[in-house]
Amino acid sequence: MDCPTGFSKTIRLEAMIEALQYDFMRHALAAGLLASVICGIMGALVVVNRIVFLSGGIAHAAYGGIGLAFFFGWPYFFGTIGFSLGAAVVMATVSLKAKHRADTIIGVIWAMGMATGVILLDLTPGYNVDLMSYLFGSILTVPASDLWMMLFAAVMIAGLVAFFYKDLLALSYDEEFARIRGVPVRALYFAMICMLAITIVLVIQVVGLILVIALLTIPPFIAEKHTKSLLQMMVGSVVLSAFFTVIGLWLSYAFNLTSGASIILVAGIFFLLFLPLEHVVRRSRS
Amino acid sequence: MNHPIVEIRNVFFSYNGHEVLQDVTLDVLQGDFIAMIGPNGGGKTTLLKLMLGLLKPTGGSVRVLGVPAQKASHHIGYVPQEVHGNRSFPITALDVVLMGKLEPGKRFTRKSRQDREEATKALERMDMAAFAGRRIDELSGGQRQRVYIARALVTQPKLLLLDEPTASIDTRGQADFFRLLKKLNKDVAILVVSHDLLVISTHVKSVACVNKRFHYHCQAEVTGEMIEMMYPCTGEEICPVELLAHGLPHRVLKDHKA
Repeated sequence: MDCPTGFSKTIRLEAMIEALQYDFMRHALAAGLLASVICGIMGALVVVNRIVFLSGGIAHAAYGGIGLAFFFGWPYFFGTIGFSLGAAVVMATVSLKAKHRADTIIGVIWAMGMATGVILLDLTPGYNVDLMSYLFGSILTVPASDLWMMLFAAVMIAGLVAFFYKDLLALSYDEEFARIRGVPVRALYFAMICMLAITIVLVIQVVGLILVIALLTIPPFIAEKHTKSLLQMMVGSVVLSAFFTVIGLWLSYAFNLTSGASIILVAGIFFLLFLPLEHVVRRSRS
Repeated sequence: MNHPIVEIRNVFFSYNGHEVLQDVTLDVLQGDFIAMIGPNGGGKTTLLKLMLGLLKPTGGSVRVLGVPAQKASHHIGYVPQEVHGNRSFPITALDVVLMGKLEPGKRFTRKSRQDREEATKALERMDMAAFAGRRIDELSGGQRQRVYIARALVTQPKLLLLDEPTASIDTRGQADFFRLLKKLNKDVAILVVSHDLLVISTHVKSVACVNKRFHYHCQAEVTGEMIEMMYPCTGEEICPVELLAHGLPHRVLKDHKA
């Protein structure tokens, strides 16, 4: 697959189409697109509720769950999700009851969760999960079963968010007013955090921790300023995510780069281009 | 008989061992237009939150339309000073007003078109219909205030609670604002919390003073005692407040010791 240094557009496009005949490439694309849907929807809620740090905490603490699962021989799924839900609930409770301490506590759980996972894996005899694959995912080795799981998750999340949309919107925009109107804000907040924990754990398995955080934050951030409703922001995040994923996968295939990192860099470059552009637009308006 | 909308009886409230409100008793009746004044930290906002059921009193009771405050909070139209949190939230003025149509126990009714019409009418009433489709963060402070009032109106409240509503409005706007409140007062009781003693409108019918304790004045008169409570002057200190006015002050205040 050695590409000549001449940058012919047709060669690249042909190479991409040729790549799609491979199973792994199609799976990678599907995984990326499903991750985009899931992270686009949840990411909008994360950014709008200003809980990006909390999501980072959940994502890193999840590693502790992986360690636990391997060490005690529990099924991977239940071990990780159980631990992540526990960590998420603790962090959410702290952020409600002691806001000024929430930052620190999340940081502690973040670091300790990850360290616990690493140590537990050290202590587990036999074959162990490789840290790198957890951080950056193994999108090029996604089994079909994972794709079905992600499809199921995407449908569930879309369904739940659609069902509780008005309440989630009220909770995110004006929690006090939502309470006065009878929205069960506390329960809804915890439900949202739990949904977040579950989606993070599911998607990390496929595309890696770093990419999950990137997809939960960069596309929604760009979409936030340019949309007029939370729903539009979610759709915009999904579309942007998908766009970054496709371009990133293409680049990683064409230039033999790590796919997860490529997607993140594409997203990051757009983010950086977007910042000064937005500043210019704002100045021209005022 | 004029049933009280809000009945507050011997309410005490403490926070972290520190007493914020002491033995407050108040009835808010239909047609009332009350200005609630008092120094910062004196308990005004706490009293508001107790009326809205957002807080529970440590002693005494708060009843709204005959039931505990929490159960009837949706009968009170709340206009906050500003919405805490995300300034760049993607939401239009109309959608903010539509939030007022949320109701307890009515999670899944689909009355979208009727809701939107009511919301639009509320915006029209506040002269904000032209801004219905604009993002809330594109509006000025005063315009945002009007959207929040529209949101409170759409709940068809018995009582309108406004927390420091004129903080982000200029003097001219304040006069218009209070004129608007007077119009609304025909249908709705109004309670305005003001952190600024000088902006009590002539339309206000009664004044409530809150500074841990509670005093109710049935007339709309600002007395020297009220000023003393908010800006305490001891005998020897120079009074820290200089009262400036454009033209003649609208109200003559009783002498207070210099």
